[in-house]
Amino acid sequence: MTIASQAPGTWPARSAVPLAVDLTALHKNFGQVHAVDGVDLKIASGEIVAILGPNGAGKTSTIDVVLGLSQPSSGTVSVYGMHPRQAISRGLVSAVMQTGGLLKDLTVRETVEYTASLFAHSQAVGEVLSSAGITEIADRRVGKCSGGEQQRLRFALALLCDPELLVLDEPTSGMDVEGRRSFWSAIRKDAEQGRTVLFATHYLEEADAYADRIVLLRHGQIVADGTAAEIKSMAAGRTVRATLPGASEGLLTGIPGADSVEIRGETVLVHSNDSDAVARFLLTQTAAKDLEITAQGIEDAFLALTGDTAPGTATTGAI
Amino acid sequence: MSTVPTIAPDLSARRVPPLGGFNFTALKLEIRRMTRNRRTVIIAIVVPVLFFLLFGVNKAYDSQSAGHGNVAAFVMISLALYGAVLATTFGGAMVSIERAQGWSRQLRLTPLSPVAYIGMKIMTALVLGACSVAAVYIAGIVTHKASMSVGLWIATGFSVWIGSLLFAAFGLFLGYLLPAENVMQLIGLILALLSFAGGLFIPVSQYAPVVQDIAKWTPLYGLNQLVHTPLLGNGVDWTWVVNVLAWLIIFSWGAAWRMRGDTARV
Repeated sequence: MTIASQAPGTWPARSAVPLAVDLTALHKNFGQVHAVDGVDLKIASGEIVAILGPNGAGKTSTIDVVLGLSQPSSGTVSVYGMHPRQAISRGLVSAVMQTGGLLKDLTVRETVEYTASLFAHSQAVGEVLSSAGITEIADRRVGKCSGGEQQRLRFALALLCDPELLVLDEPTSGMDVEGRRSFWSAIRKDAEQGRTVLFATHYLEEADAYADRIVLLRHGQIVADGTAAEIKSMAAGRTVRATLPGASEGLLTGIPGADSVEIRGETVLVHSNDSDAVARFLLTQTAAKDLEITAQGIEDAFLALTGDTAPGTATTGAI
Repeated sequence: MSTVPTIAPDLSARRVPPLGGFNFTALKLEIRRMTRNRRTVIIAIVVPVLFFLLFGVNKAYDSQSAGHGNVAAFVMISLALYGAVLATTFGGAMVSIERAQGWSRQLRLTPLSPVAYIGMKIMTALVLGACSVAAVYIAGIVTHKASMSVGLWIATGFSVWIGSLLFAAFGLFLGYLLPAENVMQLIGLILALLSFAGGLFIPVSQYAPVVQDIAKWTPLYGLNQLVHTPLLGNGVDWTWVVNVLAWLIIFSWGAAWRMRGDTARV
């Protein structure tokens, strides 16, 4: 795969505005495992960014570093120009985690009161309860709340400090379709006020529907970074497959219109938005034979970008 | 990327809370939470009182003198110490439940500093410890068994309460060391053994010499001797002080060490 990472990392005119998130050459190792393997990511204030990737791609490890929950093995991290811990203690950043994180023996209201008391500034408890739609269950023990109610409580806790950056780590895992939809409409409504949102997901549709920008992660590296439309255009093309002994990568990437190429023994795979041109080139300029053109769905593209195997044979179960 | 709105967040308006986030709203909720745990309250308050009513009200103890008071007062102090260390150890070990439920991770997404968090845990533990001491002392008063001067009631009660701080550190250490499912049962067992070794239930002098030598190194021994000093008026042996300080250092260091490990892992 040779898809260029289209890092929209440079906005020269905006040096005065601190980046919400600035990761440089970030590495996070757990023993021999490179969970994050050289990630550069710059997120401007006001962006809604999805980190999309299968399980084990390094999404949570990246987010943990952004939140100061873990230290990078190497590389730098800054959030609004400061260390994540400083940003958190100022209430600039908050997060909704996947599961857990709540005390079962406190009531919903007590949990909100407790968390609110820890910040220098926080929104009124009653207001937060009502905007999260949990006023009716305010006096219920957290342990007796349903999964959806607990997630609304987590969302309420995250909004207490009115953060500039809201981080969501697979916030809808375990929710049903309806729950997911209402959760995202709440996030979307909230983000309209200018909040920066960074969320990790392995649901392609979620990234597509709710993010301005999608960062595709695979084996701890960014394999694609662009708007949802740009990512989709990668999926809009077709794959041309042919038998071509002795093909070199240089030859294939030189084909007009080729986006990405792969060589598997004598078989070559060329992905392109103009498959006709690729086919014409292969049949007229090279010794290629057994030519086959297949359309690629968006899910195939996702698998191709993030999976271990090629389109059609991908069985990583990422989606 | 021209659609990205230019927003300059006003970072200067964002302040860090004073005292690392320590505040009385959170402390009040911590204490309320602890009182909800019925098993903890029963073991730390009801059990020491029951022990006193079973073992401290022996007829002979009323008349037998022990220093400036009677033997019933001596037993009452021992059982108040037993209750207080149960309470503070439980209080400290509550961190293990919070770790298991992911609450400590959630707190790390707030301005609450680790020092302020530990401070609140210790204060919560001391509140339960105070209740435990008070319950045993009230049992001593209403049964008219324990006898010593008012000054000694206050001096010994206060010594027991402050001394139990050592076991708040022990509880924190265990809470960070052990998984939540069995930490509470283990504490009951460990503290029962340490109480026997420390002479809280049976005077250490009644053990075989070799057992006595071992007992003197255990963490409740020095503390138990010290809290009885005002009553017995026999002076302070420096080895008791060394025992308490050494164990305080060990437990605090252990808690800090495990806490750092915990932070690195999650």
